[in-house]
Amino acid sequence: MTIDPPNPIRRITTSPLFWPLLGLVLLLIFNAIFTPSFFNLEIRDGHLYGSMVDVLNRGSIGIIIAIGMTLVIATGGVDLSVGSIMAISGAVAALMLTESNVSLWGVIPCALLAATIAGLLNGLLVAVVGIQPVVATLILMVCGRGIARFLTGEKVIALVDDHFSAAFDYLGNGHFLGMPFPVTIFVLLVLATLVVVRKTVLGLFIESVGSNEVASRAVGIQARTIKIGVYAFCGFCAGIAGLIDASNINAADTVNAGVFTELDAIFAVVVGGTALTGGRFTLVGSVVGALLLQTLLTTLYTFGFASDTAPVPKAIVIVGVCLLQSDAFRQKFRRRSAA
Amino acid sequence: MNRISERHVMLAVTAVVLMVLFFGASMRFDGFSSPFVIADLFNETAFLGITAVGMTLVIISGGIDLSVGSVIGFTTIFVATMISDNGMNPVLVWAAALALGTGFGCMMGALIQVFKLPAFLVTLGGLFFARGMAFSIKKESVQIDHPLYDAVGDIALPIGGGASLSFPAILFLILIAIVVVIAHRTRFGRNLYAIGGSEDSSLLMGLPVTSTKIGVYTFNGFCSALAGIAMTIYMDSGNPINAVALELDAIAVVVIGGTLLSGGTGLVAGTLLGILIYATIYQITYFANLPASLATISIGTLLLIFILAQQSLRRLR
Amino acid sequence: MDETSTPTALLVMQGISKTFPGVRALSDVDFEVRSGEVHALMGENGAGKSTLIKVLTGVHRRDSGSMTLDQHDISPQAPIEAERLGISTVYQEVNLIPQLSVAENIMLGRQSTTAGWISWKAIRQRAQQAVDRVDLSVDIDCELRRCSTAVQQMVAIARAVDLDAKLLVLDEPTSSLDTKEVEELFKVLLRLRESNIGIVLVTHFLNQVYRIADRITVLRNGQRVGTYATEQLPRIELVGKMLGKAPQEVAEIESRTATVSDTTPSSEKMLEVSQLGRKGTVEPFDLDICRGEVVGLAGLLGSGRTEAVRLLFGLDRATTGKLKVDGKRIDKPTPRKAIRAGVAFCPEDRKREGVILDLSVRENIMLALQASRGLSDALSYKQQLELSQHYIDALKIKTPSTETPVGNLSGGNQQKVLLARWLAMNPKVMILDEPTRGIDVGAKAEMETLIESLRKRGMAVVLISSELEEMARTCQRVSVMRDRMKVGELANEDVTDQKMMEMIAQHHDD
Repeated sequence: MTIDPPNPIRRITTSPLFWPLLGLVLLLIFNAIFTPSFFNLEIRDGHLYGSMVDVLNRGSIGIIIAIGMTLVIATGGVDLSVGSIMAISGAVAALMLTESNVSLWGVIPCALLAATIAGLLNGLLVAVVGIQPVVATLILMVCGRGIARFLTGEKVIALVDDHFSAAFDYLGNGHFLGMPFPVTIFVLLVLATLVVVRKTVLGLFIESVGSNEVASRAVGIQARTIKIGVYAFCGFCAGIAGLIDASNINAADTVNAGVFTELDAIFAVVVGGTALTGGRFTLVGSVVGALLLQTLLTTLYTFGFASDTAPVPKAIVIVGVCLLQSDAFRQKFRRRSAA
Repeated sequence: MNRISERHVMLAVTAVVLMVLFFGASMRFDGFSSPFVIADLFNETAFLGITAVGMTLVIISGGIDLSVGSVIGFTTIFVATMISDNGMNPVLVWAAALALGTGFGCMMGALIQVFKLPAFLVTLGGLFFARGMAFSIKKESVQIDHPLYDAVGDIALPIGGGASLSFPAILFLILIAIVVVIAHRTRFGRNLYAIGGSEDSSLLMGLPVTSTKIGVYTFNGFCSALAGIAMTIYMDSGNPINAVALELDAIAVVVIGGTLLSGGTGLVAGTLLGILIYATIYQITYFANLPASLATISIGTLLLIFILAQQSLRRLR
Repeated sequence: MDETSTPTALLVMQGISKTFPGVRALSDVDFEVRSGEVHALMGENGAGKSTLIKVLTGVHRRDSGSMTLDQHDISPQAPIEAERLGISTVYQEVNLIPQLSVAENIMLGRQSTTAGWISWKAIRQRAQQAVDRVDLSVDIDCELRRCSTAVQQMVAIARAVDLDAKLLVLDEPTSSLDTKEVEELFKVLLRLRESNIGIVLVTHFLNQVYRIADRITVLRNGQRVGTYATEQLPRIELVGKMLGKAPQEVAEIESRTATVSDTTPSSEKMLEVSQLGRKGTVEPFDLDICRGEVVGLAGLLGSGRTEAVRLLFGLDRATTGKLKVDGKRIDKPTPRKAIRAGVAFCPEDRKREGVILDLSVRENIMLALQASRGLSDALSYKQQLELSQHYIDALKIKTPSTETPVGNLSGGNQQKVLLARWLAMNPKVMILDEPTRGIDVGAKAEMETLIESLRKRGMAVVLISSELEEMARTCQRVSVMRDRMKVGELANEDVTDQKMMEMIAQHHDD
């Protein structure tokens, strides 16, 4: 109950950004020592190349999903269906590109709309029907991939060279201002979300609903609408990620698209300093968390870890971080160190 | 009247759905009600059934376990590699695999219960961990060629008409029989229901909540490993990519079998019906020459309908 | 005067004190229960009843004092330990497993087994005996949740009896029971009393206390007021002791607060309620409040006073009746509609339904105003700062800064933040449910001054308080609630604590 006098060092260490940033910096220092080439940058054909650029490029899908996931987790929920929604969005786009004459400007909104509707369904199940978020989004996690596979006739739809596909290719493989285009997408999305969430009071309302839904309703906040909205937005983000993923490999691979992304996103959010119980959230923290994860992976690959086995350290780190954040663990630890 | 409870209602609904599906399909497709198809309903889904039995207990206790698919995948490649590459005795390898699965389940249970971490998070971590470990053993499929596997493969329980149940199917039926008794006639089983019904009340009533909850995840780890072994017998091989997303099927089967995802209500025997519905849907898509993804969608839709039904049943009270 | 301990004393608690951070919940409380008596424990919100029960049943640990059961020192560390010692508790919210059968609930954790296998036959036999012992006729194979709350409670009692309880604690067992169910429950209690079990009954219903209790202990503000034989304590005195005077506090407040109504309220009706009610919660009631008027809702805890104002604000849905604010009808009130119409509500349970602890003082203050303006019309940071600083000064909120999380403030200051939130909306009707609960004496006096100033600004104020004197000082009119309905109204010079008490204590036979 006592109120600490503002102490600059304490203020820094208690900032939610402190730990993820520290982790990222330590990892970068580690790389600086053991793989100096990590920081090499070179310009070829006016495009920037190097491990750092790679981290940003490969991390963009994770960051984009983490943004949506942050808002969902801030309301006290979770969305396990993001991977399946990615598959749906990729499938819709690939189908329309190969089977119809709709232009890219028609295809992208359609794919994103499908993804947003999927998220909206999650939101309705959670906010209106009242099913726990894990269970509600589990349904779409099962069903969504089935739908995507059904749409594509259980085949990988390859996007061969034609007019629209070439433009579509730019989404995942193009360059803008020297940087890979996915980087531009995530930077724009982060900025746009930050403006919408922090320049209006939407962010505050989300935090309010996540910390105390009953009290929020009693001040006239429409808690239900907000919850539905964040799930829809999370679906929208997953849709963008699905498009980038499909463009990256020039194909809609509904079996492998977005597999395991839900844990990556939860990882980024939790490591970034937003609690799984909801309430206060930090978008920048989640971005740092996602970058931390991608840097960790890139580092592991440099040291000869295969991508198949990477889930092992990932799982250990996320459970470890949650353990460190859990009250029960802290209490036990304190008791032991006191004894 | 009083004795007709929610679980009986859900179970009756499940039974009706199964009947409609099965007899509908029998009328539509020639040879659907043949003994071979019926035997296949069990044979093809035995490993799913084995893991679903463990999942039923976890869900009754109010928990969830997303790691089972990965544990199965790990077990198959572990067993195949140990037997084929290292030339070890299959029985020893089975014992080791069961011990690993059981220990893994116990560890996750301890993290969930002792440190109060959300079950979905810990077991999602377990999903990644086990899958990664599977790939660290071997990256591709490994054939199993061992006399014991041939012998086990020959075991068959005739059910008439020349059709017979395979060893994994027999294993599944024995397991479900044992677990029905455990759930109904042991304190452990009854405590699972109590904890799923109300964990706070269970604590106040002095029930051993911690050991029961860790116990159920441990048992589920055992079941997953057993399912993995059954899968190696079914396929005569192991593959680190086996049983991806099988946890979702297992959960769906349990819920369709009439167990409430909120915990506290459910019958293990219902899971048998759930498995049969699942298998029937797959047989129908096979008979009708429909893509398998349609079966996934149907099962997801059925899951949604059952959850909505459970929710509205609860609201009626 | 108090009766002294007799040799038949079953439970003796002496000098029990318990402090929570910032609150002294119990100070030096003595409590004694005999074998074969029903002992009522009474008191208003914050009196310390539930803390005393929780110390007794091992939920909380006492800071000081001693406890003996059957002359043996005890200090249970957990409810299960208390149960083993022979102290069983039955809560209003029954702590059993609703999905399991009656028989199983009685025997859970103690099932008879042979070689590890449960014998259902033995379980059902023993459960049948247990329900027979408490004279309960119920199908023991019935799922518990299909039984009425009364039966569920009696099943819990049957379980306790089967556990060989010496002392049975019933925590507000009758709050959700109807008259007939209460009678059934009491029959069981009387039977248990005959078999020499000590029974502690926590309740708010006076009729029930006089119907069944042998002795009454009254707590107030964490202290024991006294223990009395029921027949020697007239109803009105009991109410007086529960709500009555706490000498120093009153003196302090009275010296600070001006007396009521130097300006008369206008006749312009701000709030018109006709036959508003909710099945099973509050009987339909009427209530009109004019501009510049403070109307109190008096009654004991559980009388329906809080439930009534929750209907006004739309937190619970009314099943009957009409509601008008400033002449405009509100159809099917929700908090959002009520706020739009100019109603503000400071709830009794501040932390659950009022302030949002994680958010800062500034954010808590601007939240309602912002919610009514919508998302697009955001208050600038500067406006927010000015707004919150204005109210921090005006209401003298003690906080290190506008950015401090509200969870770090004291109860009184949290209450002021809540008030500031609504004042920023400039409401027409202000509902205050126990605004002075759990805050210190100085803050209480301030709150009374504040209410008076709201009135002078032309607001219609609804006030609920367990302190009758506080109501007598601040209200022009008081509606009295009892047994979930409005039973009368007092106005002007009739608004005295004496008259309120009489009306609350009035005896009526059903």
